Amino acid sequence: MAAIHLLINDHPHDVDVAPDTPLLWVLRDNLNLTGTKYGCGMGLCGSCTVHLDGEAVRACQTPVSSVGTKKITTIEGLSPNSSHPVQLAWIAEQVPQCGYCQSGQVMAAAALLARTPHPTDDQIDSAMVGNLCRCGVYQRIRRAIHRAAKGA
Amino acid sequence: MPISRRAFIAGGAVVAGTGLIVGVRLYKPSVFAAEKEKAPPNPFDAFVHVKPDGKVSLIVAKSEMGQGIRTGLAMILADELEVDLNSVTVEQADTRPDIYPHLGTGGSGSTMENYMPLRRAGATVRELMITAAVAEWKVPRAECVASMGTVVHRASLRQATYGELVEAASKLPIPDQSKAPLKDDSKFELIGHPVPRVDVPSKVNGSAQFGLDVRVPEMLFAVVARCPTFGGKPAHFDATKAKSLPGVRDVFEIPALVSDKHTAGGVAVVADSTWAAMRARDALQITWDNGPAASESSEALAEALRTAASKPGKRVRNDGDVDAALSHTTKHVEAVYELPFLAHATMEPMNITVHARGNEAEVWAPSQSPDWVQRTVAEILGLQPAKVAVHTTLMGGGFGRRYMADFPAEAAQIAKVVGKPVQLVWTREDDMTHDFYRPACCHKMRGAVDPNGRPSAWFHTLASTAIRGFWEPNGDPSGQEVGGAREMPYAIPNVRLEYNPAASSVPRAWWRSVENSFNGFAVESFIDELAAAAGQDPVQFRRSLLAKPANWKPKSEDDPDPARLRGVLDLAAEKSGWSKPLPKGKGRGIASYASFGSYFAEVAEVSIIDGKSFKIDRIVAAVDCGRAINPESVRSQTEGAIIYGLSAALKNAITIKNGAVEQSNFDGYDPIRINEAPPIEVHIVESDEDPGGMGEPGLPPLAPAVANAVFAASGQRLRRLPFEFRPNA
Repeated sequence: MAAIHLLINDHPHDVDVAPDTPLLWVLRDNLNLTGTKYGCGMGLCGSCTVHLDGEAVRACQTPVSSVGTKKITTIEGLSPNSSHPVQLAWIAEQVPQCGYCQSGQVMAAAALLARTPHPTDDQIDSAMVGNLCRCGVYQRIRRAIHRAAKGA
Repeated sequence: MPISRRAFIAGGAVVAGTGLIVGVRLYKPSVFAAEKEKAPPNPFDAFVHVKPDGKVSLIVAKSEMGQGIRTGLAMILADELEVDLNSVTVEQADTRPDIYPHLGTGGSGSTMENYMPLRRAGATVRELMITAAVAEWKVPRAECVASMGTVVHRASLRQATYGELVEAASKLPIPDQSKAPLKDDSKFELIGHPVPRVDVPSKVNGSAQFGLDVRVPEMLFAVVARCPTFGGKPAHFDATKAKSLPGVRDVFEIPALVSDKHTAGGVAVVADSTWAAMRARDALQITWDNGPAASESSEALAEALRTAASKPGKRVRNDGDVDAALSHTTKHVEAVYELPFLAHATMEPMNITVHARGNEAEVWAPSQSPDWVQRTVAEILGLQPAKVAVHTTLMGGGFGRRYMADFPAEAAQIAKVVGKPVQLVWTREDDMTHDFYRPACCHKMRGAVDPNGRPSAWFHTLASTAIRGFWEPNGDPSGQEVGGAREMPYAIPNVRLEYNPAASSVPRAWWRSVENSFNGFAVESFIDELAAAAGQDPVQFRRSLLAKPANWKPKSEDDPDPARLRGVLDLAAEKSGWSKPLPKGKGRGIASYASFGSYFAEVAEVSIIDGKSFKIDRIVAAVDCGRAINPESVRSQTEGAIIYGLSAALKNAITIKNGAVEQSNFDGYDPIRINEAPPIEVHIVESDEDPGGMGEPGLPPLAPAVANAVFAASGQRLRRLPFEFRPNA
């Protein structure tokens, strides 16, 4: 094992883990950043979605050694005071129920809006289809993304 | 703050400087209970604590799993207490069965059980505050009012906050809560109004703490390799390679536990991190003894269920003379409905953290039944339950799965060996292959329609892999299988329900709405088939069979009120535009169903795509849950139950091959995703009936509404879940 240097939420971290360790478990077990969730371990549910240089990726499918110098953003670092437009829209639309998948949903939606500021329903479907929610809050997710796009 | 024994005996106890504590009695034995239930161990099972700063805590044993209960209960209390909602916090009660006898969260019961007791408690505390002010100011009581946590003397405008009054109030005798003057319903400021949920902000920034997020100094992580086949165990295993991997602390066998725990047993791996434990488990070399269930398959079970549904069974309901009616009537209808095992598949897989410290233990449990966790952990560690402190965490979904004691039992077995805090993590694969599944079942329905288009006979034979048959092999297997089929609400003169169990080694238990999930499908599909046989409109046909006699009384607490069912049918029909024709290739279907004290009707609108498949265009739901405490939560729970039901209707099945579950992750058991989620409209009946449940009752009518809509659009009946549309059938 060798120390791996990571830049997470604008803070540098050195972790001593096997290089094939998924970023998910480095965040959760080594760095106590537990906002990023484990749901399936196979990139099927999206609960572990984080940003690498602004792109949404599945942390469970991202070996920590592959991150390199890319900036990692987790749900904890999306905004200083939960003030990201997606977070505000999520509260306004009362999206979460159990809330477990919501870190991943919020991160996926934030990445979508960063590259497509005014997505259509089809674009929302394409961007969010990988994020499962067992409480079934999809209709509210759709409304919240449109709300965030309007800046409301 | 912990509630002392003195507090619950006195009911209004004070410790200097801590304010006023008023005990509340929430749990009441059912009026329909066959046996007289045991007297409660103490008079109270929840507490209202008004602090010197005016803040209020409601200490109650109800777990939050997404249903919004911490908001709803706070609203009820705050409204009667006349305080700002923001000053009320719902605190998770300690796991003290001596104080809180009813610690479970399930059966859609949290609101319906607690509504009136919490109102009375709020009113009691409000009146105590007024009494304290009146005594201090020496003014007539009638001239004082309470509002926003303050008592005001209207004539002089003199006022005092609850915080200022609490010390004097705490010295007053606690009046009889059953006589507390309740607010007039028209004065409600919170109850019945949509209120944002208190837990939402923490769920958009990653700060909400679920079971898997528990972090304790020096903690270790564990996974267990379980035999894929139910009832199997390791014949032998070699852990040499696993133990050589970095971060691995220990590998040892844990035995299977039967009785009320039903763990698979297996080989536990303990490591410094979750990933190290998972990798080491992959490196184990285990030869399994697959045990006696290794030949079980879904195909054979389906056949056994069909056979069982064709045979006479235990007679659960028998009105009139079904045999005579079936032999006399000319128009007969028969149908067979089949439903598979289902996994709960909560987004957060099972997990729990246990620290065994010799003569005591501490547990962090995402659990719907923390008292069962406590008993289980205590038993395995050889401790008195009082020596096991259980902290109930938020849950990433419950749906009934988190009622169980299997994962707590495994974690206690491991913690006993490890001696350090250890988090047992179930992978998604563990969670899907070792669940307690919704029973598989088969319904054989026979009915008859007389020449006037009235149904004259209804004969339902249900066969299932009974839940009770798994938990109490010597008990009555029909115990948790027939609800909703027994209460079939339509006025048909000759009705019979019979039940037969089918054997299976697959563990079964409660899945969102329990047996209503399958009986609702059979009853509401078959009434639709009878309507079609009678040549009548499905809404009108149902309405005509839901007359409410003037002297109507419920036969049991599950017996639905026909007028309320008709009410939701009418509302769903109106809001969906039921009477407006749809173009060819589209169709509407309806289903109405009562469970857990609430009434639902759902209309599905579908389109047939090129004669090959169908698409759901929208769902319109009407709900009568009595008084809707937080309409926002009523809508959320309805939307959630519909999507959960839609996953079961369209996509999900757990199948068994060689005694093991074939699906292991979301590739083989893929719930509804955003691109498949139809728009859902929720319409709430204005009602001043006492609240019913909301977690489950929105689910049962969904699948039959969709099947009935597909029939309307295509003439094809879908009788097996998950639905498979037959092209150009």
